[in-house]
Amino acid sequence: MDSKVIVNKQTVINNKKAYKPKFRDHFEKKDSAAKIIAIYVILTIALIINIYPILDILKISLRPYSSLFSTDLSIIPKNLTFKNYITILTERAFAKWMINSIIVATISAVAGVTVAVTAAYAYSRYKFKGKKMTLTAFLLTQIFPAPMLLLPTYIMFQKFNLIDSYVGIFITYIATSVPFSVWVLKGYFDTISASMEESAIIDGANTFQIITKIVIPLTLPAIGVTFLNAFMAAWNEYVIARIVLTDDLMKTLPVGLVGLTGSFRTDWGIYSAGAIMTAIPVMIVFMSLSKFLINGLTLGGVKE
Amino acid sequence: MWSKSKTEPYILTSPAILVLIVVVGFPLVYGIYLSFTNMNVYSFRDPKLIGLDNYIKIFADPIFYSTLLRTVIWTVVNVFCHVLGGLCLAMLLNRKFPFKNFYRVMLMVPWAVPQYIAVITWKNMFRGTYGTISILQSQLGVNIEWLINPAYTFIACMITNIWLGIPFMMMVILGGLQSIPGELYEAADIDGASGFQAFRHITLPLLKSTVIPATIIGGIWTFNMVNVIFIFTDNSGQEQTQILVSRVYKDAFNFFAYGRAAAWSVIIFLILAVFSVGFIKMMMKEKEAFE
Repeated sequence: MDSKVIVNKQTVINNKKAYKPKFRDHFEKKDSAAKIIAIYVILTIALIINIYPILDILKISLRPYSSLFSTDLSIIPKNLTFKNYITILTERAFAKWMINSIIVATISAVAGVTVAVTAAYAYSRYKFKGKKMTLTAFLLTQIFPAPMLLLPTYIMFQKFNLIDSYVGIFITYIATSVPFSVWVLKGYFDTISASMEESAIIDGANTFQIITKIVIPLTLPAIGVTFLNAFMAAWNEYVIARIVLTDDLMKTLPVGLVGLTGSFRTDWGIYSAGAIMTAIPVMIVFMSLSKFLINGLTLGGVKE
Repeated sequence: MWSKSKTEPYILTSPAILVLIVVVGFPLVYGIYLSFTNMNVYSFRDPKLIGLDNYIKIFADPIFYSTLLRTVIWTVVNVFCHVLGGLCLAMLLNRKFPFKNFYRVMLMVPWAVPQYIAVITWKNMFRGTYGTISILQSQLGVNIEWLINPAYTFIACMITNIWLGIPFMMMVILGGLQSIPGELYEAADIDGASGFQAFRHITLPLLKSTVIPATIIGGIWTFNMVNVIFIFTDNSGQEQTQILVSRVYKDAFNFFAYGRAAAWSVIIFLILAVFSVGFIKMMMKEKEAFE
């Protein structure tokens, strides 16, 4: 109703031929008021469905233990308390899991991107035997089921005593991110002219210097995207970490948090406080960088 | 190119290739070997080769066929809803209106949430008496015990996975829509085409190159999606909630039947291999990507 009234007002202004940007210009030209309202209604419903689960954890995390089993649906609970946040930070190994996750994700992302940069540089700048085959193989690893590799990997880990050690986890996480990173980075390197590198070679630079002094500075945004992708994949990985890490103090956040649930006496308030502290930072980073991630995703696979 | 060194590209690519051989290549071969053995928790140290026994048992077991059927239903329903939901939202977001960016960012939330947290949250919402969905449905007078009746548990898993997957499709399709030149629609408008005709003859054909690869990748992801069912059913779910990959996990990590689990995974691998051949062929057509 409201917007119809406004549209009518606007037509009055239009008749006076005002020059300032018109209200109607913010919409598609042919859309009727009813259509605009319908678009907003549909999108708002979708938005509520999409963000409600997060609000649900937030709500539970702010409830005192006494009202844990309440059928109240309001988002901000009565007797709001931050006690669950204090409990998980002081009485559970949450801080340790957080540090473990930061270490695991950072090391595997740095190592993964380093390996991918050198490989992508070779794929972009050289012609060599086996190039097409190995590039295809990188793609294949993305297509074939990761779960099928898990069981042999687990048995190998047991045989090499890599259970409750980060070594196996590092290697596995590096391998999960490398194919995507190689494809994205190769795509970006291809778009950069080689003229600077050619003159650097005349000046006597070696390949290592060319990569660190010229290629990396020029492609920093793309490298950032692949780093973020690798970091997030390691930060969120649950299944492999769960079977490899059994010691409570070795656990990463996903294993630790899921471990807090699953018993009949689960304290959902404490779990939810941990879930909120884990999810919100990555969500903010992810959503603010989403545009770059999408460009990276479509560059390798879908070319116009 | 300019470099005369023949060994350099091999030195540069070898770390990446080596990591993948260790983490992907070797387990692949080892897994195939395991599938011909009787390895389990008792025969862990000296498993014996038992030929095709594991495979024969799996193919003789009616559970294989019902699980396969369930996996196909799981994949088709999920991907269909992902594409349809993603297409609808992307079409709406491709229009001009205030607060568009706000909606776009907010609609991506399910993609940004760590998957295991999303799954546990949805499970809690389906929980009897205190879960949001249970409260809402009891207000409507409906009484579905989502977590007790396995058929409904499976549906609850599907709802969760649909929720998780729509934003990816939405963003991919939105990217595709934005690459369609606006002049095409103007020309169609001048020729008197209706909105539906423009959608049918301009939008759909031009979206093909974006939607088809995304659908295939999405299909593979969904087929292999272990997180949702594994976490949702606490890895102890009844038979009627399992898909092929979650069965592998159950066999391997609950029953410690490593040989049999390996045989299951080889079968999954073969099914996906057949499916993926088409995908690779399509990628090969994009020749410039390989040069």
